[in-house]
Amino acid sequence: MKKLVLIFSTLGVVGLTESCKMKNTTAVVEGDAASKVYVAPGKYDEFYNFVSGGFSGQVSVYGLPSGRLLKVIPVFSVNPENGYGYSEETKPMLTTTAGFIPWDDQHHLEISQTNGEQDGRWLFANANNTPRVARLDLTTFKTAEILEIPNSAGNHSSPFITENTEYVVAGTRFSIPIKNQDVPITSFKQNFKSVASFISVDKTTGNMHIAFQIALPGMSLDLSHSGKGPSSGWFFFSTYNTEQANTLLEVNASQKDKDFIVAVNWKKAEEYVKSGKGTKMKTQYYHNTWNEDTHSATSKVEDEVIMLDPSELKDMIYMIPCPKSPHGCDVDPSGEYIVGSGKLAALIPVFSFTKFSKAIADKNFEGDYYGIPVVKYEAALHGEVQKPGLGPLHTEFDGKGNAYTSFFLSSEIVKWSLKDVKVLDRVPTYYSIGHLCIPGGDTKKPWGKYVIAYNKITKDRYLPTGPELPQAAQLYDISGDKMQLLLDFPTIGEPHYAQAIPASVIKDKIAKIYDINKNHNPYVSMGEKATKVVRNGNRVDVYMTAIRSHLTPDNIEGVFLGDEIYFHVTNLEQDWDVPHGFAVKGATTAELLIMPGETCTLKFVPDRVGMFPFYCTDFCSALHQEMQGYLRVSAKGSNVPLKYGTGSSVAAVDSGSAK
Amino acid sequence: MKKLTRLGRISTVIVIVFLATLWAFPMWRIDLKAPQYPGGLTMTIWINDVKGDVDVVNGLNHYIGMKSIHKQDFKEFVYLPATIMTFMILGIVVAVTNKKIAYYLWTAMFAVIGLFSFYDFYKWEYDYGHNLDPHAPIQVPGMAYQPPLIGYKKMLNFEVLSQPHIAGWFYILAGVLLLSISIFEWRKTAKVEA
Repeated sequence: MKKLVLIFSTLGVVGLTESCKMKNTTAVVEGDAASKVYVAPGKYDEFYNFVSGGFSGQVSVYGLPSGRLLKVIPVFSVNPENGYGYSEETKPMLTTTAGFIPWDDQHHLEISQTNGEQDGRWLFANANNTPRVARLDLTTFKTAEILEIPNSAGNHSSPFITENTEYVVAGTRFSIPIKNQDVPITSFKQNFKSVASFISVDKTTGNMHIAFQIALPGMSLDLSHSGKGPSSGWFFFSTYNTEQANTLLEVNASQKDKDFIVAVNWKKAEEYVKSGKGTKMKTQYYHNTWNEDTHSATSKVEDEVIMLDPSELKDMIYMIPCPKSPHGCDVDPSGEYIVGSGKLAALIPVFSFTKFSKAIADKNFEGDYYGIPVVKYEAALHGEVQKPGLGPLHTEFDGKGNAYTSFFLSSEIVKWSLKDVKVLDRVPTYYSIGHLCIPGGDTKKPWGKYVIAYNKITKDRYLPTGPELPQAAQLYDISGDKMQLLLDFPTIGEPHYAQAIPASVIKDKIAKIYDINKNHNPYVSMGEKATKVVRNGNRVDVYMTAIRSHLTPDNIEGVFLGDEIYFHVTNLEQDWDVPHGFAVKGATTAELLIMPGETCTLKFVPDRVGMFPFYCTDFCSALHQEMQGYLRVSAKGSNVPLKYGTGSSVAAVDSGSAK
Repeated sequence: MKKLTRLGRISTVIVIVFLATLWAFPMWRIDLKAPQYPGGLTMTIWINDVKGDVDVVNGLNHYIGMKSIHKQDFKEFVYLPATIMTFMILGIVVAVTNKKIAYYLWTAMFAVIGLFSFYDFYKWEYDYGHNLDPHAPIQVPGMAYQPPLIGYKKMLNFEVLSQPHIAGWFYILAGVLLLSISIFEWRKTAKVEA
């Protein structure tokens, strides 16, 4: 009894200490937040939220306002869960000039646009580490294309797009020598370049092609956005390290009072390319395309790019000075205001496109940077948001004349008005926000309603899960004058940029199955009667089908150690949400997850003689547990004839062959 | 021989038009619903075809050993259109000859076709629901899977609703019309004779 009293009094003291905390972060939720995020069972979310996976390499899809995770789409990292990067069909997607790469760092996303508005056809994603741009198909939620970017490293200011998805850009964060020749690192200023690539996108197929590259002076291209409306022929890139340091950038790239926003007149660049002013340059890069008919990817090695030199080609590029290592480079819905967010600045500069154009016309320059004219800061400036917070990173817009900027250091979102650059409201984020997202917030037509904070630090937000925590995101209602915190939800990987789109734009176009009659995979089995096992030297191709609840063939004999076996499994189902999985004991790859009407291939090289069971891994029916079979692997040279089948066709296999 | 009334003659045309809908719309629909099929499944039976989620239903039926439904297996899809077509042509004959007796015979013929069709449909459903593969994975003792001819029935995890579709309703209307007009013509004759 005494013990109990002691325990309770100790708890009481702890409780008191708790209540003496400086601020209680759970107390900030007010009013009817719960009802605003409650999506009743069976009801749908209002928005799809596509969130970059950061170091997970994938793209995650959440529903808003519930914050429920709907899907993780494999893009730049292998995904054993569905065989992406393991099946023979998907391996080419992750192949680069450096070979097969199972991982990348996926930072930014952009939904395709028509007339500056989200059209919901494709989602573009960048890979930062091994420079690549991916295009995802939003009818299948699959990666449709991956294009490697040559002459680049750290593909960070990517994959931002022009108003009609004419171009996707890819800007270099880690300048490198253009032909990547062997030079001293200290020769940065002479040899290193920051290449900006403009990738054209086919209007119907979405196929990407590097239209041209611009060799900018060595620095770090950080983020970017296309102009829109009046500024639609321009692209703006933020930069840091215009000091051109090659070591201890933390200090050495933070010396200058101002870095630049690089303004690229891409219409002008297009003209130069058309009139043959670019230099054709030999190089190599992989272009991987997924084919929905063959359910497989192919790699093509491209060998040329057109390079534009801004020191020779005038009127194509101008620099706008921007305080202190800007990160976000965001253009408002009208296309008039360009907001630079200097990570280390104590203010937010807002540039006016009209003033910028006038400064160019008046040649109001303060000098040049490697031959590129630098317009006077004041000449292009619309105004500065004073004392907005600490560490501004990224700005999005609500379409009602307001901007919302994330502040990493002061861990908050600040709402301010574009017209008079006055702060209107601020809310804390938990903790240290990176990017933020308003549905359509970087387009001509923001949907408004919510802003989502993607934070870099999680600490105590959720039940602890050891040293490694998920990332934290918060949802705020921005429909009123004051921002209101609604929801806190964990995310996978490390979200950077995100996009949100009303579900109604894409939900009814989404594929439910693949039509088996359109399956042109060379190894498809059109029905169980077409299944077979074919030996060619030591290669054994198993043409297999899966349908509830059996695999055909499910007994295979006459395979020997040293053989390479390819299981080509066709899912014969034509009903929504009836995938079949396929796994073989001891396979060093992963499982296959085969959608209705699809064919996937698992390569298996047995390392020993014996019995190798295989089975369906996705609970498909009441008889899913029975969906299994055997592969018999015999010693090389043994007298075991090739035999295979399911049910009655196997019954004929005589038991005498087992010796 | 008594001649048809004006109404009787017009009704032959209406009956023919009603029956023509059989080539434009399904005559019967069978709706199935289960927890795993929140949107439900629908099969529509046409005069010469069976459409809708037939493949999905076939996929499910193999568990309980029901036969697969294949269009080719139904001789009805050949006989029924031929019979109805003949019946419609005979309708023109009735209208041209303009005889009450022809109309009565025509109505009687419809009744025979109708009754036989329902009997045939019922027989198929009985066979389909009872004649199960003895090696079926799921065998529930005493359980048969005969769908209702018309109306609602619960079978294992499925709820089944069977009812006429557009052309089916027109077919029924045609029957009602034939019978009503026959009675009308008969009474008219009776009155005159009285």
